[in-house]
Amino acid sequence: MKVKIKNLFPPGHVRTPSYLRGKVGEIERDLGYFSNPEQLAYDLPAAKVKLYRVRFAMSEIWGGEVECATDTVDAEIYEHWIQKD
Amino acid sequence: MPHDHENHLSSSGHPYRKDQDKPLTYWQNMEIAVREILIQKRITSNSEVHQTINDMDNRSPANGAKVVARAWTDQEYKKRLLNDASEASRELGFDIGALKLIALENTEEIHNVVVCTLCSCYPRNLLGLPPDWYKQRSYRSRIVKFPRKVLKEFGLQLSKDISIRVHDSTADMRYIVLPLRPKATESFSVVELEALVTRDSMIGVGLPKPI
Repeated sequence: MKVKIKNLFPPGHVRTPSYLRGKVGEIERDLGYFSNPEQLAYDLPAAKVKLYRVRFAMSEIWGGEVECATDTVDAEIYEHWIQKD
Repeated sequence: MPHDHENHLSSSGHPYRKDQDKPLTYWQNMEIAVREILIQKRITSNSEVHQTINDMDNRSPANGAKVVARAWTDQEYKKRLLNDASEASRELGFDIGALKLIALENTEEIHNVVVCTLCSCYPRNLLGLPPDWYKQRSYRSRIVKFPRKVLKEFGLQLSKDISIRVHDSTADMRYIVLPLRPKATESFSVVELEALVTRDSMIGVGLPKPI
Protein backbone atom coordinates (compact mmCIF):
# COMPACT_ATOMS: atom_id res chain seq x y z
CA MET A 1 0.00 0.00 0.00
CA LYS A 2 1.33 3.44 -0.96
CA VAL A 3 1.42 6.08 1.76
CA LYS A 4 2.60 9.68 2.06
CA ILE A 5 4.47 10.90 5.12
CA LYS A 6 3.18 14.17 6.57
CA ASN A 7 5.29 17.18 5.76
CA LEU A 8 5.20 18.68 9.26
CA PHE A 9 7.98 20.15 11.34
CA PRO A 10 6.75 20.18 14.95
CA PRO A 11 9.18 21.00 17.77
CA GLY A 12 10.28 18.39 20.30
CA HIS A 13 11.28 14.75 20.19
CA VAL A 14 10.09 13.26 16.92
CA ARG A 15 11.21 9.99 15.36
CA THR A 16 10.22 10.65 11.78
CA PRO A 17 13.42 11.75 10.02
CA SER A 18 12.99 15.02 8.15
CA TYR A 19 14.43 13.58 4.91
CA LEU A 20 11.34 11.37 4.62
CA ARG A 21 8.70 14.00 5.35
CA GLY A 22 6.43 14.66 2.40
CA LYS A 23 7.70 11.51 0.64
CA VAL A 24 5.67 8.61 -0.72
CA GLY A 25 6.56 5.06 0.17
CA GLU A 26 5.14 1.57 0.33
CA ILE A 27 4.19 -0.14 3.59
CA GLU A 28 6.57 -3.08 3.98
CA ARG A 29 5.08 -4.50 7.19
CA ASP A 30 2.92 -3.67 10.17
CA LEU A 31 4.93 -3.80 13.38
CA GLY A 32 2.12 -3.55 15.92
CA TYR A 33 1.52 -0.98 18.64
CA PHE A 34 4.15 0.98 20.56
CA SER A 35 4.05 3.82 23.09
CA ASN A 36 4.24 7.15 21.31
CA PRO A 37 7.83 8.39 21.79
CA GLU A 38 6.71 11.99 21.32
CA GLN A 39 4.94 11.73 24.69
CA LEU A 40 7.22 9.15 26.26
CA ALA A 41 10.22 11.46 25.85
CA TYR A 42 8.60 13.99 28.18
CA ASP A 43 7.36 11.44 30.73
CA LEU A 44 3.77 12.08 29.67
CA PRO A 45 1.20 9.29 29.56
CA ALA A 46 1.97 7.78 26.15
CA ALA A 47 -0.76 6.46 23.89
CA LYS A 48 -0.19 3.22 22.00
CA VAL A 49 0.23 3.98 18.33
CA LYS A 50 0.67 1.75 15.35
CA LEU A 51 4.11 1.50 13.81
CA TYR A 52 4.84 0.59 10.21
CA ARG A 53 7.94 -0.09 8.18
CA VAL A 54 7.75 1.97 5.03
CA ARG A 55 9.99 1.48 1.99
CA PHE A 56 11.03 4.47 -0.13
CA ALA A 57 12.75 4.52 -3.51
CA MET A 58 15.99 6.56 -3.50
CA SER A 59 14.66 8.66 -6.40
CA GLU A 60 11.51 9.54 -4.41
CA ILE A 61 13.65 10.82 -1.52
CA TRP A 62 16.49 12.52 -3.37
CA GLY A 63 15.10 13.32 -6.79
CA GLY A 64 16.32 12.15 -10.17
CA GLU A 65 20.00 11.44 -9.78
CA VAL A 66 20.53 8.34 -7.71
CA GLU A 67 23.27 5.73 -7.69
CA CYS A 68 20.97 2.85 -8.65
CA ALA A 69 17.26 2.94 -9.50
CA THR A 70 16.39 -0.15 -7.46
CA ASP A 71 18.03 0.96 -4.19
CA THR A 72 15.67 1.76 -1.33
CA VAL A 73 15.47 3.07 2.24
CA ASP A 74 13.21 1.42 4.83
CA ALA A 75 12.23 3.30 7.97
CA GLU A 76 9.83 2.88 10.87
CA ILE A 77 7.01 5.41 10.74
CA TYR A 78 4.22 5.86 13.29
CA GLU A 79 0.66 5.87 12.04
CA HIS A 80 0.01 9.50 13.00
CA TRP A 81 2.75 10.57 10.57
CA ILE A 82 1.01 8.89 7.67
CA GLN A 83 -1.25 11.16 5.64
CA LYS A 84 -4.75 9.86 5.10
CA ASP A 85 -6.13 10.72 1.68
CA MET B 1 61.56 0.88 24.16
CA PRO B 2 61.62 3.24 27.14
CA HIS B 3 58.44 4.97 28.20
CA ASP B 4 58.41 8.35 26.64
CA HIS B 5 56.21 10.51 28.79
CA GLU B 6 58.07 13.67 27.88
CA ASN B 7 56.30 14.26 24.60
CA HIS B 8 53.06 12.79 26.04
CA LEU B 9 52.92 10.01 23.51
CA SER B 10 52.52 6.32 24.26
CA SER B 11 54.80 3.75 22.61
CA SER B 12 52.10 3.33 19.96
CA GLY B 13 52.38 7.02 19.16
CA HIS B 14 49.07 8.10 20.67
CA PRO B 15 48.72 10.80 23.30
CA TYR B 16 48.03 9.65 26.85
CA ARG B 17 44.55 10.38 28.06
CA LYS B 18 44.62 13.18 30.58
CA ASP B 19 43.52 12.55 34.16
CA GLN B 20 40.05 13.88 34.78
CA ASP B 21 40.82 16.40 37.50
CA LYS B 22 37.92 18.72 36.80
CA PRO B 23 34.94 18.86 39.17
CA LEU B 24 32.07 16.49 38.47
CA THR B 25 29.45 17.74 36.06
CA TYR B 26 25.82 18.20 37.03
CA TRP B 27 24.82 14.88 35.44
CA GLN B 28 27.74 12.96 36.95
CA ASN B 29 26.65 14.20 40.37
CA MET B 30 23.08 13.27 39.58
CA GLU B 31 24.08 9.73 38.56
CA ILE B 32 26.08 9.21 41.76
CA ALA B 33 23.26 10.60 43.94
CA VAL B 34 20.60 8.40 42.32
CA ARG B 35 22.84 5.33 42.49
CA GLU B 36 23.61 5.93 46.19
CA ILE B 37 19.93 6.33 47.05
CA LEU B 38 19.03 3.13 45.17
CA ILE B 39 21.77 1.25 47.03
CA GLN B 40 20.70 2.73 50.39
CA LYS B 41 17.13 1.66 49.75
CA ARG B 42 18.42 -1.82 48.79
CA ILE B 43 16.85 -1.57 45.34
CA THR B 44 20.24 -2.40 43.84
CA SER B 45 23.78 -2.96 45.09
CA ASN B 46 27.30 -2.01 44.07
CA SER B 47 27.99 -5.56 42.96
CA GLU B 48 24.84 -5.62 40.82
CA VAL B 49 25.80 -2.33 39.17
CA HIS B 50 29.28 -3.63 38.39
CA GLN B 51 27.98 -6.99 37.21
CA THR B 52 25.68 -5.17 34.78
CA ILE B 53 28.54 -3.03 33.46
CA ASN B 54 30.59 -6.19 33.10
CA ASP B 55 27.79 -7.92 31.18
CA MET B 56 27.43 -4.92 28.88
CA ASP B 57 31.17 -4.81 28.19
CA ASN B 58 31.22 -8.53 27.46
CA ARG B 59 28.64 -8.44 24.71
CA SER B 60 30.40 -8.77 21.41
CA PRO B 61 29.76 -9.55 17.75
CA ALA B 62 30.56 -13.19 18.65
CA ASN B 63 26.95 -13.40 19.89
CA GLY B 64 25.54 -12.26 16.57
CA ALA B 65 27.94 -14.60 14.75
CA LYS B 66 26.41 -17.57 16.61
CA VAL B 67 22.95 -16.55 15.41
CA VAL B 68 24.17 -16.17 11.80
CA ALA B 69 26.10 -19.46 11.72
CA ARG B 70 23.10 -21.30 13.15
CA ALA B 71 20.85 -19.80 10.46
CA TRP B 72 23.36 -20.86 7.79
CA THR B 73 23.25 -24.46 8.94
CA ASP B 74 19.65 -24.93 10.07
CA GLN B 75 16.87 -23.99 7.62
CA GLU B 76 14.15 -24.26 10.27
CA TYR B 77 16.08 -21.94 12.58
CA LYS B 78 16.58 -19.49 9.71
CA LYS B 79 12.82 -19.40 9.15
CA ARG B 80 12.23 -18.69 12.83
CA LEU B 81 14.93 -16.00 12.76
CA LEU B 82 13.40 -14.20 9.79
CA ASN B 83 9.97 -14.51 11.33
CA ASP B 84 10.91 -13.27 14.84
CA ALA B 85 14.58 -12.50 15.41
CA SER B 86 14.05 -11.59 19.08
CA GLU B 87 12.63 -15.01 19.90
CA ALA B 88 15.21 -16.81 17.76
CA SER B 89 18.02 -15.00 19.64
CA ARG B 90 16.52 -15.95 22.99
CA GLU B 91 16.39 -19.53 21.76
CA LEU B 92 20.21 -19.49 21.58
CA GLY B 93 20.36 -18.15 25.13
CA PHE B 94 21.00 -14.47 24.43
CA ASP B 95 19.36 -12.16 26.91
CA ILE B 96 18.03 -9.50 24.61
CA GLY B 97 15.54 -8.02 27.05
CA ALA B 98 12.71 -6.07 25.46
CA LEU B 99 14.68 -5.58 22.24
CA LYS B 100 12.59 -5.99 19.09
CA LEU B 101 14.92 -7.45 16.54
CA ILE B 102 14.46 -7.89 12.79
CA ALA B 103 16.86 -10.05 10.77
CA LEU B 104 17.45 -8.93 7.19
CA GLU B 105 18.46 -11.63 4.77
CA ASN B 106 21.03 -10.87 2.10
CA THR B 107 20.47 -12.73 -1.17
CA GLU B 108 22.13 -12.79 -4.60
CA GLU B 109 19.84 -9.85 -5.54
CA ILE B 110 19.57 -7.87 -2.29
CA HIS B 111 22.16 -6.40 0.05
CA ASN B 112 20.96 -4.92 3.36
CA VAL B 113 22.72 -2.23 5.39
CA VAL B 114 21.70 -0.72 8.72
CA VAL B 115 21.91 2.84 10.04
CA CYS B 116 20.26 5.02 12.64
CA THR B 117 20.11 8.50 11.12
CA LEU B 118 18.48 10.05 14.21
CA CYS B 119 20.94 8.79 16.83
CA SER B 120 22.85 5.51 17.18
CA CYS B 121 20.32 2.68 17.70
CA TYR B 122 22.21 -0.59 17.44
CA PRO B 123 21.52 -4.22 18.40
CA ARG B 124 23.93 -4.06 21.35
CA ASN B 125 22.73 -7.28 22.92
CA LEU B 126 23.94 -9.21 19.89
CA LEU B 127 26.79 -7.04 18.57
CA GLY B 128 28.16 -5.23 21.65
CA LEU B 129 28.93 -1.52 21.56
CA PRO B 130 28.57 0.24 18.20
CA PRO B 131 31.76 1.28 16.38
CA ASP B 132 32.55 5.00 16.43
CA TRP B 133 31.87 5.48 12.74
CA TYR B 134 28.33 4.12 13.20
CA LYS B 135 27.57 7.03 15.52
CA GLN B 136 29.16 9.71 13.36
CA ARG B 137 27.21 12.07 11.18
CA SER B 138 29.36 11.26 8.17
CA TYR B 139 28.07 7.66 8.05
CA ARG B 140 24.55 8.44 9.28
CA SER B 141 23.83 11.19 6.78
CA ARG B 142 25.52 9.68 3.71
CA ILE B 143 24.54 6.01 3.79
CA VAL B 144 20.88 6.85 3.12
CA LYS B 145 21.82 8.95 0.10
CA PHE B 146 24.98 7.42 -1.40
CA PRO B 147 25.06 3.86 -0.06
CA ARG B 148 27.27 2.61 -2.90
CA LYS B 149 29.84 5.33 -2.41
CA VAL B 150 29.92 4.76 1.35
CA LEU B 151 30.15 0.96 1.02
CA LYS B 152 33.01 1.43 -1.41
CA GLU B 153 34.84 3.37 1.28
CA PHE B 154 34.42 0.28 3.47
CA GLY B 155 35.95 -1.78 0.66
CA LEU B 156 32.67 -3.24 -0.53
CA GLN B 157 31.83 -2.70 -4.17
CA LEU B 158 28.46 -4.07 -5.23
CA SER B 159 27.25 -4.66 -8.76
CA LYS B 160 24.16 -2.76 -9.92
CA ASP B 161 22.42 -6.12 -10.32
CA ILE B 162 22.25 -6.14 -6.54
CA SER B 163 19.73 -3.77 -4.97
CA ILE B 164 20.78 -2.06 -1.78
CA ARG B 165 18.22 -1.80 0.99
CA VAL B 166 19.21 0.73 3.60
CA HIS B 167 17.37 0.26 6.91
CA ASP B 168 17.00 3.33 9.10
CA SER B 169 16.30 2.29 12.73
CA THR B 170 14.08 5.29 13.38
CA ALA B 171 11.93 3.90 16.20
CA ASP B 172 11.49 0.69 18.18
CA MET B 173 13.16 -1.96 16.02
CA ARG B 174 16.79 -3.04 15.87
CA TYR B 175 18.30 -4.80 12.89
CA ILE B 176 20.86 -7.45 12.17
CA VAL B 177 21.92 -8.47 8.67
CA LEU B 178 22.04 -12.16 7.85
CA PRO B 179 24.89 -12.20 5.33
CA LEU B 180 25.14 -14.71 2.51
CA ARG B 181 26.97 -17.85 3.51
CA PRO B 182 30.37 -17.87 1.79
CA LYS B 183 30.70 -20.35 -1.04
CA ALA B 184 32.68 -23.56 -0.61
CA THR B 185 31.95 -23.80 3.11
CA GLU B 186 29.77 -26.92 2.93
CA SER B 187 32.25 -28.91 5.01
CA PHE B 188 32.60 -26.21 7.68
CA SER B 189 31.40 -26.83 11.22
CA VAL B 190 29.15 -24.28 12.93
CA VAL B 191 32.13 -23.07 14.98
CA GLU B 192 34.26 -22.64 11.85
CA LEU B 193 31.41 -20.72 10.22
CA GLU B 194 31.05 -18.44 13.25
CA ALA B 195 34.67 -17.40 12.79
CA LEU B 196 33.84 -16.10 9.30
CA VAL B 197 31.06 -13.78 10.49
CA THR B 198 32.36 -10.26 10.99
CA ARG B 199 30.69 -7.42 12.87
CA ASP B 200 30.63 -5.36 9.69
CA SER B 201 28.87 -8.15 7.78
CA MET B 202 26.06 -8.03 10.35
CA ILE B 203 25.72 -4.23 9.96
CA GLY B 204 25.91 -4.63 6.19
CA VAL B 205 29.04 -2.59 5.48
CA GLY B 206 31.09 -5.72 4.89
CA LEU B 207 30.94 -9.37 3.96
CA PRO B 208 31.94 -12.46 5.91
CA LYS B 209 35.68 -13.22 5.86
CA PRO B 210 36.82 -14.88 2.67
CA ILE B 211 37.95 -18.47 3.14
